[in-house]
Amino acid sequence: MGWRADLDTIAALVRRAANELLRVPGAAIPGVLAPTIFFVGIVSVFGALTQLPGFGGTYQSFLLPISLMQGAGFTGAATGVNLARDIEQGWFDRLLVSPAPRPVLLAGLVISASLRSLIPTTVLLIVGFSLGVSWPGLGGLAIAVVIIMGMGTLAACWGTVLALRFKSQSAAPLMQMGMLVLIFTTTAYAPLALLTGWVHTVARFNPVTQIVETARQGFVGGVTWGDTWPGLLALAGLLALLSALALRGMRRTAF
Amino acid sequence: MNLAANLRVIGALGARSVKQTLRRPQLLAPIILIPSLLLAIQTSGVGRAVDLPDFPHVNGFLDFMLAGAMIQSTLLAGNSGGIALAVDIEMGFTDRLLAAPIPRFAIVLGRLAATAVLGAFSALWFLAVGLIFGAQIEEGVPGALLMVLFVTLSAVAFGGLGAAIALRTGRASVVQGLFPLVFVILFLSSAFFPDHLMLEPAATVARYNPLSFIVEGIRAPVISSLSARNLLEALGSITLIGAVSIWLSAIALRRRLRLGG
Repeated sequence: MGWRADLDTIAALVRRAANELLRVPGAAIPGVLAPTIFFVGIVSVFGALTQLPGFGGTYQSFLLPISLMQGAGFTGAATGVNLARDIEQGWFDRLLVSPAPRPVLLAGLVISASLRSLIPTTVLLIVGFSLGVSWPGLGGLAIAVVIIMGMGTLAACWGTVLALRFKSQSAAPLMQMGMLVLIFTTTAYAPLALLTGWVHTVARFNPVTQIVETARQGFVGGVTWGDTWPGLLALAGLLALLSALALRGMRRTAF
Repeated sequence: MNLAANLRVIGALGARSVKQTLRRPQLLAPIILIPSLLLAIQTSGVGRAVDLPDFPHVNGFLDFMLAGAMIQSTLLAGNSGGIALAVDIEMGFTDRLLAAPIPRFAIVLGRLAATAVLGAFSALWFLAVGLIFGAQIEEGVPGALLMVLFVTLSAVAFGGLGAAIALRTGRASVVQGLFPLVFVILFLSSAFFPDHLMLEPAATVARYNPLSFIVEGIRAPVISSLSARNLLEALGSITLIGAVSIWLSAIALRRRLRLGG
């Protein structure tokens, strides 16, 4: 098969994923609702933390990138759940016997997740700006969106790895919890200097901390290349690792 | 049936429900795993909040958060109990119970007895976690027992709400869909932060939210702010929620019997 056929296959898989949203409008709601509730709730509860030294701006601005990543995480996990459903119902077996290469199948899954992550992103940005989140500038916003789409891809790879491993939708909580733990053991609630205990230690070494800081920079200050490249590098590294694992899972999947 | 026989039925149904929860990770995880994880992350992530002016005097943020984790667990236990009951309805198990020569109220009370056991288990779990990681119960053993009692009673009250929704809708997906609502209620209470330090309008809602009174009643023995007023407000709120939830469950059960499932 040539690259044109590969692109057609990817486009068909992305269209199929989009169809689910059009035909089941409620399908996107959990991925939007949960991060929105967490954003508004956590800002209301912990908003006074900005009285501590170390915050650059309002708590809304500090927290929004985390909620955007959480939304992308849920959306990516939904891709894993949908894949598990396709495996349970035998539809994925039909894909595997098709002449489409495994990387093309994976690309179709993760690109759809990446695009789908723009839905919670849009809603959260509207909610955030209406609650006083600082305008990050076009550059800051573009970087945040790239990071969020990358996180959606990352979560989809994670969901794919688990779906291929467990072949059951009952692995859904593991897909969601894995991403939440990865995101919340960073500077999610407070800057590194204000974290205490084990989260402080984990956040120092968690590569997602760099990704969070890159997405956050425009919302709490200016955008610099020095604050951008570590996050992009960490994201690329995690994507390489998890997509390799997902591909390995696909190659090992018998039909 | 006499009282002893009724109690045996309630006990048997309660034991079945507890086993059902322990065997299904998706029912147990929200009760133990999610609140434990959030407790661990928030205690370290927001731990410096104790340095804020006007923050109540505590030995550490874990002391303050312990009650929040317990109440979160009981709310989720109520939701999980509702899901399990709805699954029983969907699978036809409840219909078989309705056809059996047992009182109808035993179906709900059996489920609530299980939720009470899970609530007590959750209270003991979080007490153990708290003590292992350095929390101090200022009021000692009597205070700890009081916390277990409040958490257990709260679990029954919230379990009644889950049961009412399950009986009314008969669909697990609907009860499952209420999961985010649990967090809305939690964020609008003083479960995670003192209400006077929260932002408006959440602070005002939290001040009058019955859940805040329950949380403060559970928290008081830990941070040594126990008073008769705390106790009465917590007990009053639990009684109010419990009475409403059991009344709603009774109405939903009667409706289900009238309409035939």
